[in-house]
Amino acid sequence: MIKNIGQKIYAWVDERFELSPILKFMSEKNVPVHRHTAWYYMGGVTLFLFITQVVTGILLLFYYRPGADSAYESMRFILTEVNFGWLIRSIHSWSANLMVFFVFVHMFSTFFTRSYKKPRELTWLTGFVLLALSLGFGFSGYLLPWNELAFFATKVGTDIVGVIPVIGKPIMAVLRGGEDVTGATLTRFYAFHVAMLPAIFTVILFVHVLFVQKQGMSEPEGFSKNKKTMPFFPDFFLRDALLWMIVLNVLLFLAVFYPWDLGFKADPFSPAPAGILPEWYFIFMFQTLKMIPAHVLFIEGEVLGILSFLVAGLAWALVPFWELKSKRKGFSNPMNIIGIIALVYIIIMTIIGYTS
Amino acid sequence: MKTNRRKFLNFLIGGGLLGWISSVVYPIVSFLIPPKIPEANVNSVSAGTAADFPANTGKIIQFGRKPVLLFKDDNGEFHAFDGTCTHLDCIVQYRQDTKQIWCACHNGIYDMSGRNVSGPPPRPLEEFTVNIVNDEIIIINPAG
Repeated sequence: MIKNIGQKIYAWVDERFELSPILKFMSEKNVPVHRHTAWYYMGGVTLFLFITQVVTGILLLFYYRPGADSAYESMRFILTEVNFGWLIRSIHSWSANLMVFFVFVHMFSTFFTRSYKKPRELTWLTGFVLLALSLGFGFSGYLLPWNELAFFATKVGTDIVGVIPVIGKPIMAVLRGGEDVTGATLTRFYAFHVAMLPAIFTVILFVHVLFVQKQGMSEPEGFSKNKKTMPFFPDFFLRDALLWMIVLNVLLFLAVFYPWDLGFKADPFSPAPAGILPEWYFIFMFQTLKMIPAHVLFIEGEVLGILSFLVAGLAWALVPFWELKSKRKGFSNPMNIIGIIALVYIIIMTIIGYTS
Repeated sequence: MKTNRRKFLNFLIGGGLLGWISSVVYPIVSFLIPPKIPEANVNSVSAGTAADFPANTGKIIQFGRKPVLLFKDDNGEFHAFDGTCTHLDCIVQYRQDTKQIWCACHNGIYDMSGRNVSGPPPRPLEEFTVNIVNDEIIIINPAG
């Protein structure tokens, strides 16, 4: 009976929109099977966490009130009065962190498996933009509870933008909504976080996924000699779904047993508290800025540090266009060495940031 | 003749398109640039009574829209400096244990005369004048 109705609905839609070619494409879609296949799942996990962000973010919007006099209070209301408010907020915070983590894993796995090579240069580039937008999500969302840590993290973060020669100061004023971090900054970050960034992110994500669908999964070098694949539907899809369930369980475990703290309300006229740290994914930059001396030759340390990160980020985004070609494998391949240096630098600086 | 007309029309349409794009983008960008809010010119503020201020302590005083760090040394002398770290905009504090001015964000350290002595701050803190009038602490902006 239900099957019959389903078939009828399908026939009705198919008659009007020709679904058959889409179904044919999906049924013929294959995923290469080799020792690096596990990395194919990382993009899917990131997508799942993004969906979690959208759902929990929309729920939080029902109670959150932006503004220097209302943001912190509304967050406290969500955490203490609203049914499961603490859980929704905690899932939102944890999934944001996990999402950034998986974006990094996805990016480094793409880098080390050379999946960015021709013809996938634009997939890499759109992926890099998604990484930047994810960091933007994290940075803008961090301020919304209007607590002490977020206030100073935003002061430092936006001041970093202001250090960029010529264009820095006007961009900083636009980000802050004035000269200083105030309630106006909070309103702007709210607009970035809930409207602007999601709109841009969704469009670029669509393009990114479209590229992957059009070009198929990247195959490692020498794969064509001993080709082994699995159908996307249902084999890969079910494995993907299983992993999503595992991630959801991990997420719930973290949200329930390690709920996110609200901290103290921001006071623009109190000193920065001791032990202040930004989100973990900014720590390597934070620690670098802390370690660079006040002046390096004729240039101010902070300017040097920030410009170096800008150049490094740009070079990383354009990797497919300047890749050092080499037939060497493992640690002797120059691109592997570059990737390992970047990864080790990030890890070591993060550890120093937390322990010093 | 025909080609010239085509070129002319393309130029006209292209120019019109550019004009249209600018007429859309310009108001949006202008909208995002925050308007200048007139600010009352604050030249001095009162920071309470000198007798109530314990020696070897400091606090942040609101000076217009800016924070100013006021502290009293062991000799009972008051000092005031711009409270914004010259590194990356955090607010500094007076440390009783080391008798220094400290920025917790990136571990920037200034001595009691506001000189940057350690860590990333590139410049010293701007000094404010402190006068005691009938036991009332008055902080004055020397630039004002």
